[in-house]
Amino acid sequence: MRREAGGQKLGVVVNPIAGLGGRVGLKGTDGPETLARARALGAVPTAGPRCALALQSLAPLADRIEILVPPGPMGEESAAAAGLRPRILAGLPPPAGDGTDTRRAVARFLEEKVDLLLFAGGDGTARDVVGVVGTEIPILGVPTGVKMHSAVFGTSPRAAGQTAAHLLAGEPVIRLREAEVMDLDEEALRQGRVSASLYGIARVPHARGLVQASKAGARPDDEAALDALARVIVRDWPADRLMILGCGTTTRRIRRAMGFEGTLLGVDVALGGRLIAADANEAQLLRLLDRAGEGGAGIVASVTGGQGFLFGRGNQQISAEVIRRVGRDNIMVVTGAAKLATLDPAVLHVDTGSAEVDAMLAGYMKIYTAPGQRMVMRVGAATG
Amino acid sequence: MSDVTPREYHQARWNEPVVMELGAPGRRGITFAAPEAEVAAVGPAAELLPPAMRRKALPLLPEMTEHDTLRHYVRLSQQVLGMVGISLFGTCTMKYNPRLSEALGLRPQMAEIHPLQDPATLQGLLEIVWNFEQILKALSGMDRFTFQAAGGADAAYTHVCVTRGWLEATGQLGQRDEIVTSIQAHPCNPATAAAGGFKVISLPLEEGGYPSIEALKAAIGPRTAALMINNPDDMGIYNPHMKEWVRLVKEAGGLAFYDHANFNGVMGKIRARDLGFDACMFMLHKTFGGPKGGGGPATGAYGCTEELARFLPKPMVNKTASGFALDIPEKSVGKVREFMGNLHIVMRAYAWARGMGADGINEASDISVLANNYMEKELLAVRGVSKSHPDIGGPRMEMTRYSLGTLKEETGIGVGEVANRMTDYGVDAPWLAHEPWHFPEPFTPEAGELWSKEDIDTWVAVVRKVCEEAYANPDLVKSAPHNAAIGKVQGEGCEDPARWATTWRAYLRKHRAASQQQAAE
Repeated sequence: MRREAGGQKLGVVVNPIAGLGGRVGLKGTDGPETLARARALGAVPTAGPRCALALQSLAPLADRIEILVPPGPMGEESAAAAGLRPRILAGLPPPAGDGTDTRRAVARFLEEKVDLLLFAGGDGTARDVVGVVGTEIPILGVPTGVKMHSAVFGTSPRAAGQTAAHLLAGEPVIRLREAEVMDLDEEALRQGRVSASLYGIARVPHARGLVQASKAGARPDDEAALDALARVIVRDWPADRLMILGCGTTTRRIRRAMGFEGTLLGVDVALGGRLIAADANEAQLLRLLDRAGEGGAGIVASVTGGQGFLFGRGNQQISAEVIRRVGRDNIMVVTGAAKLATLDPAVLHVDTGSAEVDAMLAGYMKIYTAPGQRMVMRVGAATG
Repeated sequence: MSDVTPREYHQARWNEPVVMELGAPGRRGITFAAPEAEVAAVGPAAELLPPAMRRKALPLLPEMTEHDTLRHYVRLSQQVLGMVGISLFGTCTMKYNPRLSEALGLRPQMAEIHPLQDPATLQGLLEIVWNFEQILKALSGMDRFTFQAAGGADAAYTHVCVTRGWLEATGQLGQRDEIVTSIQAHPCNPATAAAGGFKVISLPLEEGGYPSIEALKAAIGPRTAALMINNPDDMGIYNPHMKEWVRLVKEAGGLAFYDHANFNGVMGKIRARDLGFDACMFMLHKTFGGPKGGGGPATGAYGCTEELARFLPKPMVNKTASGFALDIPEKSVGKVREFMGNLHIVMRAYAWARGMGADGINEASDISVLANNYMEKELLAVRGVSKSHPDIGGPRMEMTRYSLGTLKEETGIGVGEVANRMTDYGVDAPWLAHEPWHFPEPFTPEAGELWSKEDIDTWVAVVRKVCEEAYANPDLVKSAPHNAAIGKVQGEGCEDPARWATTWRAYLRKHRAASQQQAAE
């Protein structure tokens, strides 16, 4: 139902230090020492001004919505810079200068039952936010961080502000979708290793393309196609073949088609349509592969996060060794066509930690997008 | 930059009810005299129908006088742009439909014939079909054409049917079950492939703006039934490796089909057969000057090699010693449409092609590419407008895909709102893009050979004006149209089965009940 604008509540929180590390080449800003180094290297805060840029899009709605912000650089300053008059959250403890500040503010937004939580930060901030609100409140990121593998950010501060304005104005172009929140381990990154985990699933608003003239019927959305595809995959999967399921919301559809919920943020193994190992780690997967019968094993994985990663981000349990033993021909990648279309360039990345396995995966792969439909995508080893 | 100023324009606004809501019981357009005794003696006309087919209740038609009816439709016609404005609706190749062809179409030799007549009494029409087939053969290098398909998508479907027929005849049905296409091909290609029972493999766009040969190689193999592809695509980018593509597909054992939807930029320049294709399709309602859109029915002309001709839909027009006959191809796939198709469009296309001549068709292609590149220069000078794949050098073909992503980013105004506002200046809104959208806020105008420099300048001036308004007064654009017969339409009802209504009966069921309930409360 279309709602009239008015009475909507928006929570805004800025991670003032987000992005500080990136400008001075530190690959992130997690931890007090890094922050001190970043400041010493002359890093200038950008999160606040970028958030103000996003909030400018909300000015036309200012009279009809209520905006809640923590005091000072965590929101108040950005709102003021955008010419807004927000309600300042009272009674928050003095900032500790780390993620607890974000989490405390977000907990208040949860109590206040805001309709949307706009946060300015990167993957670390997204992780703090989703850790508190889960899927209870829609969230949207104003991109200001160094790491942004999570699929919860607007493409730019302005784009995030416009999407937020559309949602709060009750405009029908807005839909909510589930999106992955991922975070890299910065310390590992600085040592030249990349290690990322999937931390949660958020509900994120996005603006759909406007309804077009009848020349091209609207495509059914990814959701319907992926649900139908999940049922086909389950129907056609041999009963004696191990199914190693990657993490995320796309493969959850396959879990549900088999009748179990499994592990959203982890790797599960199914056999004959039953869950035989939940949240399996690499060692468990290798043991199961040792015992696999004549039907062998296959991996069903999806593109995780917002940057087109297939293996090596968020699903490291499916390690280089697991992939090598299963073999490239037994990997089935399932991803919505719309998600693939937004990748620019149209390349999927792998970073398994093994140059040999990355090379084996590289080349073109047919990605399943709907029953009877596949898209050929280039797979390349991630650089940097 | 031209100094054209957009025209002032205001559409009629009648708040006209739906015709079903007009009239009064008993009112008539024409009253008839009582039948003569001899006629009455035959009995009521209804009794000539089998009882099971007779209506139990009279149809609920509006009861109106002739002049009430005329007034209603005149008003409705005043509330449209009339199909004669400046319409650069890309991917559709909008062309003027000469009044001469329309007049010929109304002559009894065309308008009052019936497809079930004896072919001996249809010789003139069959001669037109035959002669026009020779023209398309010359333009494509193919051996035979059928005009049965009622549009481009139907012609693509014809190819899927012919592919099935060919696979069956060669014992490969079941083994070859995949059709390869590109994400930028018209959606009718994957859609008709799927409708014909094939699995679809789509290729992504890569660096050059088209899929790479490596991606194609990864997609084809012993399961490949066919490639269905258009070139240039809707972004105006011509894939220069198409000959190699076709070679690879045929080497893998599949058929190659050229969707010539965007023929305007290459007509007279390249022939599908010379590139190795087994089959191709032209749209007579676009490229060949037939009416389209609201203007009338369409025709997809499907052509193929002699090897595939035995699978074509029935009947085919053949020349005999004494005239023209209708024959059934040896292994015909049957029908993709009733009778022989929309032959009055074939007549118009024939008139167009004869009027243009081979040289004229060749020149029209040059002009369409020139016009597009002139327009591109003007449009890219407009603040907020950029072009797809800006990094790809060289001129585009007969159209260019643009993006208003910058405008959206800087003003919050997207392409849908700009299109609405453009109609306030009396020009038709542009085509945006087929889905999926690879570029933000896309639009795709196509100038073609028809439009004068003044027309193109006027159209660009409207885009410029609306983009300027977006920066200066975004609310004005956001709430458009202001000068049109109706204001901004909330499109979400089109996606809601509980609200959409394509018939009056469905409208009553879904909306009247709700409004009455609301009134009662």
